[in-house]
Amino acid sequence: MELQKFTYDNRLARMFMFATILWGLVGMLVGLIIALQLIFPTMITDVAWLSFGRLRPLHTNAVIFAFVGNGMFTGIYYSTPRLLKTPMFSELLGKIHFWGWQLIIIAAAITLPLGFTVGKEYAELEWPIDIAIAAVWVVFGLNLIMTTIKRRTKHIYVAIWFYIATFVTVAVLHIVNSINIPVSFLKSYPVYAGIQDALVQWWYGHNAVAFFLTTPYLGLMYYFVPKAANRPVYSYKLSIIHFWALIFLYIWAGPHHLLYSSLPDWAQALGVVFSVMLIAPSWGGMINGLLTLRGVWDKVRESAVLKMFVVGITAYGMATFEGPLLSLKSVNALSHFTDWTIAHVHIGALGWNGMITFGMLYWLMPRLFNTKLFSEKLANTHFWLATTGMLFFAIPLYFAGFTQSLMWKEFTEEGYLKYPNLIETVVQILPMYYIRAFGGLLYISGVIIMIYNLLKTAKAGQFVATEEDQAPAMDKSLLLKDKGHRKIEGKPVLFTILALVAILIGGIVEFVPMFMVKSNVPAIASVQPYTPLELQGRDIYIREGCYNCHSQMVRPFRSEVERYGDYTKAGETVYDHPFQFGSKRTGPDLARAGVQGSLVNKPNAWHYNHFLDPQKLIPQSIMPPYPWLIRNDLNISNTPKKIRVMQQLGVPYPEGYAEKAIDDLKAQAALIAQDLRNNGIEIDDNKEVIALIAYIQRLGTDIHKSSARASGN
Amino acid sequence: MKIVTKTLEGIADIQIFPIIGLIIFFSFFVLLIIHVIRISSQDIETFSHLPLDENDHQNESSEPNL
Repeated sequence: MELQKFTYDNRLARMFMFATILWGLVGMLVGLIIALQLIFPTMITDVAWLSFGRLRPLHTNAVIFAFVGNGMFTGIYYSTPRLLKTPMFSELLGKIHFWGWQLIIIAAAITLPLGFTVGKEYAELEWPIDIAIAAVWVVFGLNLIMTTIKRRTKHIYVAIWFYIATFVTVAVLHIVNSINIPVSFLKSYPVYAGIQDALVQWWYGHNAVAFFLTTPYLGLMYYFVPKAANRPVYSYKLSIIHFWALIFLYIWAGPHHLLYSSLPDWAQALGVVFSVMLIAPSWGGMINGLLTLRGVWDKVRESAVLKMFVVGITAYGMATFEGPLLSLKSVNALSHFTDWTIAHVHIGALGWNGMITFGMLYWLMPRLFNTKLFSEKLANTHFWLATTGMLFFAIPLYFAGFTQSLMWKEFTEEGYLKYPNLIETVVQILPMYYIRAFGGLLYISGVIIMIYNLLKTAKAGQFVATEEDQAPAMDKSLLLKDKGHRKIEGKPVLFTILALVAILIGGIVEFVPMFMVKSNVPAIASVQPYTPLELQGRDIYIREGCYNCHSQMVRPFRSEVERYGDYTKAGETVYDHPFQFGSKRTGPDLARAGVQGSLVNKPNAWHYNHFLDPQKLIPQSIMPPYPWLIRNDLNISNTPKKIRVMQQLGVPYPEGYAEKAIDDLKAQAALIAQDLRNNGIEIDDNKEVIALIAYIQRLGTDIHKSSARASGN
Repeated sequence: MKIVTKTLEGIADIQIFPIIGLIIFFSFFVLLIIHVIRISSQDIETFSHLPLDENDHQNESSEPNL
């Protein structure tokens, strides 16, 4: 058959590669800063946009979407044309994708520190940026699928399947989870509320891990590991089974982030069962990756690229064994809300994503610049810094997690909480935070060495903008003879639709009953919408990222009910757009912060002083001060609009209430301000802190009103 | 498992949802395995060599491409 000549354009891969390096460094540096802030809470005071609650979302978004995102695109734009024996469908679409994605990252880097956030983890970006993400994502997907359609190879290699599944699923996840009603240009409320919002969010959150951090990287593994080892993948049959099993099972597992919450038991059970089943396909991938290196293990000793791949794939195996373990309710009872989760995700991020990215960059840079790697020795140094850095990061946090959780749950012989004061448990694990920061420092040092090494490599060589290749045109008549799965593999659009169906089943089965069957969220008559002042306070709570350290979900354990008050019911959260359960308790749970008698309930004046100077009230506290809340005037002009949007979302404010809201807001603020003045605090009625105090004092109180009414009090 | 089934029973027709899910997954998985077993080893050999260059094809025992 006649050979056709064509060229691969390396420019897109190069652009994404440099973006990966830049954003990787930025994301990790922000991570180091927030790790230090946990040890030195007053390190940066009075700079609102550098506070922990605002930087932590910046760190997670930068690492996930900027570092890993650009990393996956580097690999996809390099491997896809070569696997399909055709140039990318459109270089222009590729450029729009690149610049669009970088602009989104810059928009995130500006808006998140400024406090513009939806308040849902890893989905913090506000609605205009969400729309931009959807648009750019479609551009990427279109380019990918069109390239697949005009390929010269008959078979679509398994790496491409993973890329397509990534495109389809992330699109669905992002769109469904980001349906918000705008209040203003950079403020919106999610359409879902409370426990339903939580289910959607963790269906998204868990599958962001699955389809943004896992499937594209498995695709990269299936391309770059065989390339570097110069061996075909260990078992191609295993890769087919592992692909379908993985994408089908993953989508169900989200509810394991909500174990012991007020999510109905059936949904929790589904999450657990599918999470346990996930071990099989996950380890299928790990085994396939590691065994691809059969016969070249002697080279692993010398080659930094192979070493990084081995540690990356091993970390994937560890994290995907640990994930199902953490999904078991008994283990989750211990692990949830602690640093164990942070350790777990960093095995994934630093080990799996980090190492695979570094290995890929060390392999790719010399090829794109037609030269040898500047220093194999430095690359090996980086490998050891990264590996030890990861261990120094994760192991102390595992200890911190176990220790703190056990301390939370410990009772004295007399039946009282042994550590009723949460700060005792924080002080106990603080040394572990020091070691973690040291681990992070090691890891970043390795990255800096890598940047030097890669830049030197690029400088020594000459960029190869295009590479020529040749292959015969695809004989489309062969496709007609195919049956079953072979037929699907030959039809990328059909394949995409089937992958979409596979991932939709899990979502639909979980969502439909949750939203349709009323008994899943039993109504509580005494639960009322927030007052306008409380609503404004809640938005400040979200703006400052309080949910990064404070949960609002008391689990039905004796130790938690004793410490925080009655466990959280689904019906209590029905007006929470968005929900604020949180996933980590660096500070105490606040679900019942307003309930008198709860260990976390404090007077108004205490809150005022605590926001001003937490260490004055609790010397060992690791909470940063929030002096700007006391200084800033509350913006009340948007109150009517906020009430109207809430009404649109089904929150039962009376007809026409939006117009009266400001008067009610001022009246409630005056009461709190007067109480503060009575306690010797000079303050005007219109400060932000008053709204936040109003919100905190409201938390968890509604169900107690009903019992007070029932008993005639 | 009693807790699970009891809870599921409390919700109208909910029990059918996970069962449908399981049946779909299980049948798909079984069909997939049958299909995968039936793929000829020659095809599998070709597919798995797709990332490798032409010259790598011919020399399986060649050095890693580092």
